Amino acid sequence: MLLNNLSKVILVLIVTLFLGACATKQQATTATATATATATTAPTDDAYTGTETVKYLADGISDRIFFATNKSDLTSAATATLAKQSTYLKANPTLNVVLEGHADERGTREYNLALGERRATAAKNYLISNGVAANRIKVISYGKEKPANPASNVLAWSQNRRTVTVKTN
Amino acid sequence: MKYKILKVFILFFFLTTKSFGLVSVDITRGNLDPLPLAVSNFYLDENLTDNIKKLQLEVKIPELIENNLSRSGLFFALEKKSFIQKPEVAHNRPRFEDWSFIKAQVLVTGKVSLEKDGRVKVEFKLWDIVSATELSALAFYTASDNWRRVSHIISDKIYERLTGEKGYFDSRIIYVSETGPKVDRKKRLAVMDQDGYGIKYLTLGNELVLTPRFSPTSQNVTYMSYFKNLPRVYLLNIETGIQDLVGDFPGMTFAPRFSSDGKKIIMSFAQEGNSDIYTMDIKTRVVERLTDHPSIDTSPSYSPDGSYITFNSDRSGFQQIYTMKSDGANVKRISFGEGLYGTPVWSPRGDLIAFTKLYKNKFYIGVMRSDGSGERLLTENYYQEAPSWAPNGRVLIFYRETASDSGGRGGGAKLWSIDLTGYNERLIQTPTDASDPSWSGLLSEKQKN
Repeated sequence: MLLNNLSKVILVLIVTLFLGACATKQQATTATATATATATTAPTDDAYTGTETVKYLADGISDRIFFATNKSDLTSAATATLAKQSTYLKANPTLNVVLEGHADERGTREYNLALGERRATAAKNYLISNGVAANRIKVISYGKEKPANPASNVLAWSQNRRTVTVKTN
Repeated sequence: MKYKILKVFILFFFLTTKSFGLVSVDITRGNLDPLPLAVSNFYLDENLTDNIKKLQLEVKIPELIENNLSRSGLFFALEKKSFIQKPEVAHNRPRFEDWSFIKAQVLVTGKVSLEKDGRVKVEFKLWDIVSATELSALAFYTASDNWRRVSHIISDKIYERLTGEKGYFDSRIIYVSETGPKVDRKKRLAVMDQDGYGIKYLTLGNELVLTPRFSPTSQNVTYMSYFKNLPRVYLLNIETGIQDLVGDFPGMTFAPRFSSDGKKIIMSFAQEGNSDIYTMDIKTRVVERLTDHPSIDTSPSYSPDGSYITFNSDRSGFQQIYTMKSDGANVKRISFGEGLYGTPVWSPRGDLIAFTKLYKNKFYIGVMRSDGSGERLLTENYYQEAPSWAPNGRVLIFYRETASDSGGRGGGAKLWSIDLTGYNERLIQTPTDASDPSWSGLLSEKQKN
């Protein structure tokens, strides 16, 4: 038993030495290097602006808004859409909605669930600030689970980074 | 002081026997130089009933052992055609020169017989051909239809005897089975033996299910379900089928994982656009909040001794890996390489953290030490994520997705495994597409809870 435990210690040591030997190359050391690198991998201006995949809550009122990669900031197009949605919701006070937050498929599943919730909440807060009662709005995140466009390309991903306003009654 | 000297002495003594005595496998080098292994057919005792003879255990058991050991990448199984000795002769006492002639370094032999109580007795012996010695001999008693389990346990014994580390063959994998088009994917929980046999579907696919995780100590599984359109974390016992909601949260809970003693579930709770990390004690149901930060904090994973937690946060502006003490103190960023880092998961050996990395539009599975040093990327692909450790911390399982075409066709997810060394990458066959794999603990060491 003692030998057994020792053998484990030895193997761990060997593994650690081995790993240590081949690790140094890929390691970046400063946080500054990271910041510049990540900034280039996550463009801030890739929110979708077209109308493909879009549905309408009412005449001329789009049901969805789009986001840039990894972002939950509302673009000016998004706030314009949400402003119309809030006018419509205030004019139809018995309507309730659920805001479905989504992410594209180029991210880890769990982070995307959180990101979808953050995007839906951004839209919800905008509707509330425009006078829609908070108790009429629910949010749900689907992360990357329900793409609007199933293709694996830049256009599809931009269409999938979205929050969709869905009537619940 | 004296004690220390003694320890050093033993260590040297041991190293010496390891390197110059009996055959041993260097598991730090993956499949560069796999050990030539002969697994003889077992021999059947005369006393077996025809019903048991029909199972062909004398062929099936050695075949399964051979498959397990070959798939580990550490062993190279020699063709049975080249074997000269009959299974019975070999099992009693092999003529070592015959096996040495076909370049075998180790030999596995065995025997299957019937006990008076109707159980089957499976014996195996492991022989070192080079030094002409018996390395181990063990017998197992079981119901005849449990032969796969026994074969996995024997595989673990052989692996352990030859590598000096525990095996991982007597274990299971829970995953999400995927069918249907990408825009309307049907997802079901499925569980199978680590070699892909014995698949059982645990949910019907009526609601979306994600990220199942095995308890390292029991048949409990925690996962996320959209049951009644309320995304929440559940606790499920896969033996009894009894299922429970984890905690009473007014919003989405997700990214669950067990503590290494199986007593707590750690997860994220999202509210008002902010995800933080919480734990729930399974017995007392007491919920504790560990992080309180306006960023996304998710994908938490305990260290094996339970004193630390690694998790994913974008508090720096982008997804990075952090560690903190189990009470939430001492939050420290540990990933500083280029790109984004996610899904950190602590090795059961405690030394390493496996992760997913996104860099220049490629996804990587990698490992780093728990202080963030020694980052090593094991595999690069179009999309892959969510590594989970084999119970011995030598192998990682993860899922990989292929891109779909402009019509949304052709994309799909499959399970893959890779050694800690970055060698021996293997597809794990599943009848449907599959994602979110999670490895159980060793079954023979479970059932504590």
